[in-house]
Amino acid sequence: MIRRIATATLAVASLGLAGLFLLARRPAIGPVERPAPERFSAESIAQGESLAAAGHCASCHTRPGGQPFAGGYGVNTPFGVIYGTNITPDPKNGIGTWSLDAFVRAMREGVARDGSHLFPAFPYYAYTKLSDDDVKALYAYLMTRPDATATVPANTLPFPFKIRALQEGWKILFFRGGRFHANPSKSDEWNRGAYLAEALSDCAACHTPRNSLGAEKTGYAYAGTVIDGWIAPALDETNPSPVPWTQEELFTYLRTGGSPLHGTTGATMTPVIREGLALPVVPDSDVRAIAVYFSDIDRAGARAHDTEAATREALANSSLGSSQEYDPDAELYAAACIACHYNSGAVPLPSRPELALNSALTLPEPTNFIQVVLNGVSNTEGAPGLVMPAYASSLTDGDIARLAAYLRRTRTKSPHWSDLERKVSAIRQQSAASH
Amino acid sequence: MTTFDLNGRTVSAHGADDTPLLWVIRDEMGLTGTKFGCGIGLCGACTVHVEGRATRSCITAVGEVAGAKVTTIEGLNPEGRHPVQVAWTELQVPQCGYCQSGQIMQAVTLLKDFPNPTDQDINAVMAGSLCRCMTYIRIRKAIKLAAARMRGETAQ
Repeated sequence: MIRRIATATLAVASLGLAGLFLLARRPAIGPVERPAPERFSAESIAQGESLAAAGHCASCHTRPGGQPFAGGYGVNTPFGVIYGTNITPDPKNGIGTWSLDAFVRAMREGVARDGSHLFPAFPYYAYTKLSDDDVKALYAYLMTRPDATATVPANTLPFPFKIRALQEGWKILFFRGGRFHANPSKSDEWNRGAYLAEALSDCAACHTPRNSLGAEKTGYAYAGTVIDGWIAPALDETNPSPVPWTQEELFTYLRTGGSPLHGTTGATMTPVIREGLALPVVPDSDVRAIAVYFSDIDRAGARAHDTEAATREALANSSLGSSQEYDPDAELYAAACIACHYNSGAVPLPSRPELALNSALTLPEPTNFIQVVLNGVSNTEGAPGLVMPAYASSLTDGDIARLAAYLRRTRTKSPHWSDLERKVSAIRQQSAASH
Repeated sequence: MTTFDLNGRTVSAHGADDTPLLWVIRDEMGLTGTKFGCGIGLCGACTVHVEGRATRSCITAVGEVAGAKVTTIEGLNPEGRHPVQVAWTELQVPQCGYCQSGQIMQAVTLLKDFPNPTDQDINAVMAGSLCRCMTYIRIRKAIKLAAARMRGETAQ
């Protein structure tokens, strides 16, 4: 009996798998001669340049220090490392032989020119919402970039995740194609912001938690999650920043990489700004539209009254540690941190990130705080002109744990973080391994 | 190799990216005005400016300042006559002098952010700059003198 059930199960599974492989087949789209750059209008190329910046395409399709769009950046996924491909018009290693139809199919359906399935590390599930005109403009921009002959490393996905045909199953379960639908009850600006955030920039890629198969969890849009060892904070009303992310604060932050009442970018948010929204090719109006959209999503209007009180309280506590209190933790803070982080007056200075207002101290976990203290903020990260040394070599796990506990205790009303020293040690080991 | 701007000159450091900026400044570039104190970013003797802001060079890896503008005590003012330096000299602030270039670099950032600093501002911003000779009282006085002159309230 058991054997019969097993045989039957195996038969059904094999049939299902065979069916999936049949379903998964997509025709190759024949190679074309690389389109001549003159074929594209200057207007379309410029539109594509702006969209490519706002969509921060280069951050996954460029290896650190490499030629833009030549590929080779490793995206760490729970399944393995997936390398961004070469999307320059080089016919051999790039997408020079891709017709517009092939490009559109990749963007809309996640299928490469040769008919193989792309992994959703490439967010075709977002790009499917782009307008035809915008996809064409991106094609025009990419096809007029300088060639790069670079090849990219092989992905490190283990069996069975590396089987591209299985992506058909993922698509059946999680992928819904179709253009962006404007919300008629909202303003044009809001809808432009929603379009950019959802169809192009794919903010959800980092800020929405994913299920065990790597698809965004439904019902948890922008609820915040852990990505690459950092917390991408919630962008909805559960965002833990003491001061609400108003339209103005969001605009300043997205345009420059930092804002006085929230602090500066970290981790993978840096290229989103520096190689994207901060570039002059992205118009102010688009950045403002994204700010309008998220200041509605996070219900900043309802929390607006928090701004003044939270700022006043933060500044009242900013000198703690400087008056020779009999507290060894405060002494450590005074020796290592206060020279740069102290503020006085009515508002914090943009060049002095006010820790009491920073979500690194108010998040449920100390992850981002520990990351910044251990690894610092280099000249190519964070807000322009602000460099913070890495304290990994000078402070022990115990020191950093004490600083975290001290600041959480004196600068926030949030509950104590638990198990701090172990968390510092874990993040230290993780960063040492990845550097 | 890391390229950055040192006192207005483009320079390249040839060591590993994680070499402390202080070593590059002193050993490779030969600018010895910046001092090695504790080596763990807790005493302020090694303070230089990165993009115009006081930064502890002993724990800042040179790779972190790639492309940035770095200023040492030698580059603060071509004649060594920055108002803070002038006040320091006039009031004979230093005793042994070892920590003083760091103190001055930190004080310049203090006055940029707080042009009319209160004692609390001075206590907080200078808290990470230690002086074994206990020149703190003269440091405070010199900061206030420089501040008044920089605001144009007191003649040079």
